Amino acid sequence: MTTTVRVPGTTASFTSHPWVRFAVRRLARLVGSVLILISAAFLMIHLIPGDPVRSALGPAATKSLIDARRESLGLDDPLWQQYLHFLQHLFTGDLGTSITTGLPVSDVIRDRLPATVQLAVAAFLVAVLIALPVGLAMGVLTRAGRRPRTELSFTSTTVILAAIPEFLLAVGLVYFFAVKLHWLPVAGRGNMSSYVLPVISLAVGPAAVLARICRVELLAVLQTDYLRTARAKRLPAAAIYLRHALPNAVTATITLGGLLLGGMVAGTVLVENVFGWPGLGSTIVSSILAKDYPLVQGVVLVYGVGVLLVNLVVDVTLALLDPRSTIRES
Amino acid sequence: MRARWIAVLRTPVGAGAGVLLFAVLLLALLAPLLWSHQASAIDTEHLLEGSSAKHWLGTDNLGRDIFYRVLVASRTSILLALVATLIAVVMGLALGCAPVLLGRRAGRLTTAVVNIAVAFPGLLLALFFAVVFGVGAKGAVLAIGFAGAPSFARLTQTLVAGVAERDFVAAARIAGVGRFRMLLRHILPNIAEPLVVNATIGAGGALLAFAGLSFLGLGVQPPVYDWGRLMGESLNGIYVHPAAALAPGVAVVIAGLAFNLFGEAVAKGFGVPAMIGPRLRERSAETMPAATDDDEAVLVVKDLYVSFPGPITPVRGISFTIGKGEIVGVVGESGSGKSLTALAVAQLIEPPGQVRAAELSFLGAPLLGRLAVRSTAAARRRLLGTSFAMVFQDPMTSFNPTKRIGTQLAEGAREHQGLNRRQAMARAIDRLRAVRVPAAGRRARQYPHEFSGGMRQRAMIGMGLMGAPALIVADEPTTALDVTVQRQVLRLLETIRTEDDVAILLISHDITVVAQVCDRVLVMYAGRIVEDLPASELATGARHPYTRALLAAVPDLDTPLEEPLAVIAGRPVDPAAMPSGCAFAARCEFAEDRCRSEDPSLVSHGPDHQVACWNPQGTAAWQARYLGSESIRTGQL
Amino acid sequence: MSELRFDGVAVRFGTGGRALTAVDGVDLTIPSGQVVGLVGESGSGKSTLARAAVGLTEPSSGQILLDGVPLRYRAGERRPLQMVFQDPYSSLDPRMTVGDSIAEAVPRSAHLLGVGRRRGAGREDAGREGIGRQVVDRRREVGRLLELVGLDAERALAYPGALSGGQRQRVAIARALAGQPDVLIADEITSALDVSIQGTVLNLVRSLQRELRLSMLFISHNLAVVRYVSDIIAVMYLGRIVEVGPAQQLLNDPQHPYTKELLAAAPRRGTTSLQPPDPTVADAEPADPHHPPVGCRFHPRCPIGPLVRTDREHCLTIDPTAEADRRLHRTACHHAAGAPQTAMAPHTRRTFP
Repeated sequence: MTTTVRVPGTTASFTSHPWVRFAVRRLARLVGSVLILISAAFLMIHLIPGDPVRSALGPAATKSLIDARRESLGLDDPLWQQYLHFLQHLFTGDLGTSITTGLPVSDVIRDRLPATVQLAVAAFLVAVLIALPVGLAMGVLTRAGRRPRTELSFTSTTVILAAIPEFLLAVGLVYFFAVKLHWLPVAGRGNMSSYVLPVISLAVGPAAVLARICRVELLAVLQTDYLRTARAKRLPAAAIYLRHALPNAVTATITLGGLLLGGMVAGTVLVENVFGWPGLGSTIVSSILAKDYPLVQGVVLVYGVGVLLVNLVVDVTLALLDPRSTIRES
Repeated sequence: MRARWIAVLRTPVGAGAGVLLFAVLLLALLAPLLWSHQASAIDTEHLLEGSSAKHWLGTDNLGRDIFYRVLVASRTSILLALVATLIAVVMGLALGCAPVLLGRRAGRLTTAVVNIAVAFPGLLLALFFAVVFGVGAKGAVLAIGFAGAPSFARLTQTLVAGVAERDFVAAARIAGVGRFRMLLRHILPNIAEPLVVNATIGAGGALLAFAGLSFLGLGVQPPVYDWGRLMGESLNGIYVHPAAALAPGVAVVIAGLAFNLFGEAVAKGFGVPAMIGPRLRERSAETMPAATDDDEAVLVVKDLYVSFPGPITPVRGISFTIGKGEIVGVVGESGSGKSLTALAVAQLIEPPGQVRAAELSFLGAPLLGRLAVRSTAAARRRLLGTSFAMVFQDPMTSFNPTKRIGTQLAEGAREHQGLNRRQAMARAIDRLRAVRVPAAGRRARQYPHEFSGGMRQRAMIGMGLMGAPALIVADEPTTALDVTVQRQVLRLLETIRTEDDVAILLISHDITVVAQVCDRVLVMYAGRIVEDLPASELATGARHPYTRALLAAVPDLDTPLEEPLAVIAGRPVDPAAMPSGCAFAARCEFAEDRCRSEDPSLVSHGPDHQVACWNPQGTAAWQARYLGSESIRTGQL
Repeated sequence: MSELRFDGVAVRFGTGGRALTAVDGVDLTIPSGQVVGLVGESGSGKSTLARAAVGLTEPSSGQILLDGVPLRYRAGERRPLQMVFQDPYSSLDPRMTVGDSIAEAVPRSAHLLGVGRRRGAGREDAGREGIGRQVVDRRREVGRLLELVGLDAERALAYPGALSGGQRQRVAIARALAGQPDVLIADEITSALDVSIQGTVLNLVRSLQRELRLSMLFISHNLAVVRYVSDIIAVMYLGRIVEVGPAQQLLNDPQHPYTKELLAAAPRRGTTSLQPPDPTVADAEPADPHHPPVGCRFHPRCPIGPLVRTDREHCLTIDPTAEADRRLHRTACHHAAGAPQTAMAPHTRRTFP
């Protein structure tokens, strides 16, 4: 039979291949976001009312000292020139010098970044490993309005857990497990046991949210026409759930999970402060309080880039898992 | 509208959350008026004490009562959180509505900016703005408000876009409604509920975020205090004085929960209709072991009922038999129970739906009742999996979007026929070829979204042909397709019937479709079969007034142009309020007293013809009565 | 009532590899007081054409003229074309009473005149009185319109949720009439309704059209429905009008093979024919509007085209729309009646002013 049906990908040129288009579009968005982030970080210092150098050095500083600092920071140049310098330095890895300590900001970050990354990654893994199985199991158990009591207790538990802010949970955990029971250290970063409390405090809230999302997504998938088709094929229940329901529910969950991971990166700020964790989170707070703006700028940049990278990973994972997503993007 | 709010407050969660929220707000209002004196009284004799009768939660480093301080701090905490939420909502609304007001180009720009901003976590944005606005209560309020704006903007955008694409907005535009009026009259009222709900939940979030900032020392500054600062100050003393650190924390959680839970309860009450009413405990009816006398019968249905909690019974005792190679059509309007009949026959009614029947057997094997329980479930599954095929209405949604078409076809064969992966795929390609999908080998490796609607429906039929089907149940298989494609699919079904002697149960709302391909037609109304007749007799020999009206109501190429179209007056019966007599009586021009009180049952009118009507038309008795009168009522305005 | 003319109208969406020309050079006239029925399958561009006419979509080229004057739309202005949509469940604002929805479409200028006339004496009072009058007038007008479409005037206070599909569609028609349109556009107005209700809406449309002498573009995928209401029938395929002519004439003597196919697929009393025109193209897939076939757009499905008859190679390369004006029913087919056999030479596409 002769047909003139067009085959996607065969007659189309390289640039119209969905994957290429997806990559181009996604990279363009990443570059755009990074540029906005850099500009925001640059402008941050200039948006602060008053003279940042004076407020950093305090009222006691002499005029000559302030002028010297302004000079060294280039604050007297026109704004666009400062922006160009900022970009130039950024690309050479120079994030400026901390006002309070005089150390290069990049050194401070290199020193503190690993602790924060370890904490965030560990917490993310714990959250996912708990939330996915629990959420999916709950979805299966409470499908089509079954076991209303289980559903109620699951929902209320997760709502409550999600409502407890991580720093508060951290304080509570410290009190019970460190102060009262002496099972785990109160603060600091040392051996494995010192990770337990920070990771739990960071993971519980997102895990609760993720488990709820997961259940809702599974329930939505169970209502779809294609699941009815799978049932009409008379597949055994296990095949229906594992082959058809689960992958689609997880795909939808990942989209929201990515946002949570981003939130977790930010959550480290509070948790680190409770546990005196030597990471970027405690650095940013102390530098904000000390008005050490170059340091704040650098840490904000690192956090922002971290969040953007997490989002990129999520989008690529989704594109790999769901054949429609590269199409859906447009 | 108001009823729904009341319904929300009547649920246990809604009521609890409502009371809690009210209490929290009341406390914020009254506490500083009542106890600010006690909270600031310095008692140097009792510094950093534990709980006592005088100081329930002990005292702080200046000997101030912590219990009262926590109570009084409620106003600052909640007020600041509400102001921050207000800022977030107002900014979010402005940004989110920008595409409507500013036109496409400016709208696209704001959307892009919001999309980027929303990718950053709120806390990070709050820290950024806290630097810009400076440390302190004002800075923190602005920071949290600004940080919350992107997610509200995103929500507003999504909601606005959802409403804006509905036809009533287009209609208003055509009517000359301006942009502002469009936003105020048409868009905002339709997104108000989700916005209010999310603002409530957002207020809970802002409360926690504020506590976080104050805890870090970036929020309110002394001498003002809120819960976050109370916590932050007593963290170092947690060894000696845990209550001072934990009590404000508990307050934060309770207040946050009050907002969150209330929002969730409202969301649930408005979004998802709650499942009300007792579940049907009733088990499937006991089945009489009635042997099928007809060996040729593929499907025997006797007295089939489908019911749902309510209780409503959309399918009320229908019986029919489908012989080998026979195409039987079921027609009826929406709500007549035809699709539920198809699903019930296919054993695909999900709880809380209940199916019962005196007999429901497929190829002589009972599918329901006591006999069915005895045969093993696995054997029944294999029988259905190989010999019973389903085709659904919407080919767009009936395939799993994340799996290749070939895999989805092959799956059943691997399960029931013991084929390995390669054999099953070969069979799938062969079957796609059989349903005339061009380039079947390549098509099998494609995903559903790469198929056109008609091709997808062919693939669905091909999936049914993976085994050796004796029956294909097709539920509105052509409704979603264009007329020319519809013909292709119907022709395909007919070919399969003639070539493989497969019986087909074709469900359709379109009586012309059924007339084209079926041997026999079952006309359904309000969950009953009202007429069962050969398709060849449909045009001339239909006896039931409903069948005749249905035929007359569909315009075809021979409909006289001078007369108005025939219509059926009135509305279909509400399944929750079934009348005692004939369900069609209210819309029937021949209805008499008997029709309204007694329900007619199916009675034979000739060898292959059954009618459930007290006044079947076209019979000798009817002619004697109505000779000369117009047989079909024509509707006038 | 007025004449609506589409002059070389094209609507394109998207850019680059994903561009889609939904409507491609449509010339169509809706004569004053007549009903033009537009049939075609989904994706043929018939709804896009309607949306372009009422200004919901911007045509990328060509003009839409009302009584010879190009239509210009600005937000917030009364539009001389009104439209009734397919889905009555989505076309009425659920938060507005039926009466408010209709009243909104009543042109404001008509009532502001009343205010202006009285402005001379005692501005405050006159203004208030004028507004009061306006409200009364509007209410009366809404009642009149509701009765016109066969509903009680009291229904004005009902919300759409309390109405059935057929009733909602009547309200939608009343709202369209409230705009005092010069031309009414009905886009698949019966396809979302049950058969038993479809008839009442069609009867209403027909009697209103005759009573009010409306010019009307009636869009449907169902040829039998179009036949019932139309004076002129236009057949659309892949963004183009492939045949247009007086309804009876076109149905009795269809020229384009696609029109013939639609006729064959439409129900006829007592026929049960499912016979395919030709097995070669019987199962052809509908063409992808993103990549319309070159030459005659219908050739991959055509039972009298190059896939069936080897001597018709020209259908693969030559676009029959160029010479359409010289054929019976302006048919876009090389083999339609009145087609001069000399017209096989390649022609450039007709250009429009």
